[in-house]
Amino acid sequence: MIVYENVTKKYGDVTVVDNLSLTIDDGEFLVLIGPSGCGKTTTLKMLNRLIKYDEGNIYIDDSNIKEINPVELRRNIGYVIQQIGLFPNMTIEQNISVVPSLLKWSKEKQHKRVRELLEIADLSYEENAHKYPRELSGGQQQRIGVLRAIAAGPPVVLMDEPFGALDPITRDILQDELKALNKKLHKTIIFVTHDMGEAVKMADRIVFMNEGKVLQAASPEEMLENPAHPMISRFMGKLSYSRSGNDLICADVMRLKVLTVPETKKTLECIELMKQREIDSVIVVDKNNKYKGRANIEDIMEHGKPGEPIIKMVKLDTPSVMVNTNAKDAFDHLIATNIDYLAVLNRDKTVAGIITKTSMTKSLASVVWGDDNDYND
Amino acid sequence: MTSFLDKYGDMLLKASLVHLQYVLTSVGIAFVIALIVGILLSRAPNISRAVIPLLGIFQTIPGLIFIGVLFIYLGIKPITVLVALTIYAIFPILKNTYTGIIGVDPSLKEAAKGCGMSDMQILFKVELPMAMNPIISGLRMATIYTVSWAVLAAMIGLGGLGEFVYRGIETNNQVLIIGGAIPSAIIALGLGYLIDYVHKKITPRGLQGGA
Repeated sequence: MIVYENVTKKYGDVTVVDNLSLTIDDGEFLVLIGPSGCGKTTTLKMLNRLIKYDEGNIYIDDSNIKEINPVELRRNIGYVIQQIGLFPNMTIEQNISVVPSLLKWSKEKQHKRVRELLEIADLSYEENAHKYPRELSGGQQQRIGVLRAIAAGPPVVLMDEPFGALDPITRDILQDELKALNKKLHKTIIFVTHDMGEAVKMADRIVFMNEGKVLQAASPEEMLENPAHPMISRFMGKLSYSRSGNDLICADVMRLKVLTVPETKKTLECIELMKQREIDSVIVVDKNNKYKGRANIEDIMEHGKPGEPIIKMVKLDTPSVMVNTNAKDAFDHLIATNIDYLAVLNRDKTVAGIITKTSMTKSLASVVWGDDNDYND
Repeated sequence: MTSFLDKYGDMLLKASLVHLQYVLTSVGIAFVIALIVGILLSRAPNISRAVIPLLGIFQTIPGLIFIGVLFIYLGIKPITVLVALTIYAIFPILKNTYTGIIGVDPSLKEAAKGCGMSDMQILFKVELPMAMNPIISGLRMATIYTVSWAVLAAMIGLGGLGEFVYRGIETNNQVLIIGGAIPSAIIALGLGYLIDYVHKKITPRGLQGGA
């Protein structure tokens, strides 16, 4: 068990960690999260004494870490950092056995342990052990970074944004692997992140910090349901959507740029327009911009006569949804009828946008993986 | 050519050996001193930022003057030459040792510390291996400079290949000048090559190439 007891850390006049008290159970996966400068990394690094604290005490299994030699202490605590920090001058095998070799394990024992660990991580010993870090991809390097941290079997592992520098797909895979790994190993893990999605996925308990204080410490479910502070809700932002995708409405997932034509437009002009835009149907509106239906290029080609207004070609039963229709209903409809898009109408029946399978997928992606990239075209 | 070798061959060989001895001894001592001082300076970057430019200025004093001054205090002894050459050879190695260690990625040092390495272990297992490229290129530079500086030994009559050069200048004998210059160039190139070879041998694959 790890106990922070009224711990304070100041840099000059700035209080980075403010009278923090926190208890972490054995085998708990604890995630520290908060805006930058909230003290989460400092809280982590005080535990292996990379950062000295000014007041209070920290206990690991009832021994005050101040009374433990820092070098000894660190050999008994795994440590994984965002920059990975594998030693480029050492092979993968040497990197993994850094701590065992510091602990003066016999060569055979070290070697056996490296084989065992690579096996756990599903990496072939023959292929990887004698490579150097730069010969591996970033994701593979961090797998080794995690193995190095657990090599000597420490009961506690500290992870400082370990997957922060990896691409989203690799990050997701490594998160899953770490979760699976810890199901077997039952380490106490303290994990710093600024990504609420990661926190929710990994944590047994999330500790949300701001200005050196704990705003809320709760299970992911509880934090999602009852965020104790507006800042926490903001951090969850998009995430609460993905938890309850039922909140999404058509307005969230539709494409805004839509080609509409007035019902009086001639068929030939419409065909020209569609060719220009490389689309195969148009949405037809009346003079008040109210939705009438859609016209397909095939229908116009087949039945249309030159000079006729487009309204004659409109299929009046074309499905449409309202902006506030539940996105899931629209999605089901799209899948069930196998049409290529749905028109989305405002309350006054003017056209707000369309939902295509692509726009739906993109919106879902931005909800699931955040909106760092602009998915809407 | 053969007549030159007949006439001066023995002398040339002896002078080359003396020259080589000066170079190896002074660079050897300089390497040890520079490495230790460079490491110490890297522990105190604030002091070093002031100290190192100062040492750099010292480096600009012409060797001629320096050897002349030392000669007054130490007399015509090989030690005069060795002290002067050593002092000159220290700076390039020291500076590269310092910048090499300072330049090691802080995240590597943090990882090393977090793994539970002591300061000494961080130095020997991480910092020095990572700084090896600059350190060895400093050593190489110092060695090649020292080969040419060692010519000055002859100025106070202490032999080496400079003897040929000086005698050639005094007697207006080009053959003698070149006879001293070529072997010293060969020594410089040879030592440079040797250092490159050893460097390549001891650099782990993970640090070769782009690193």
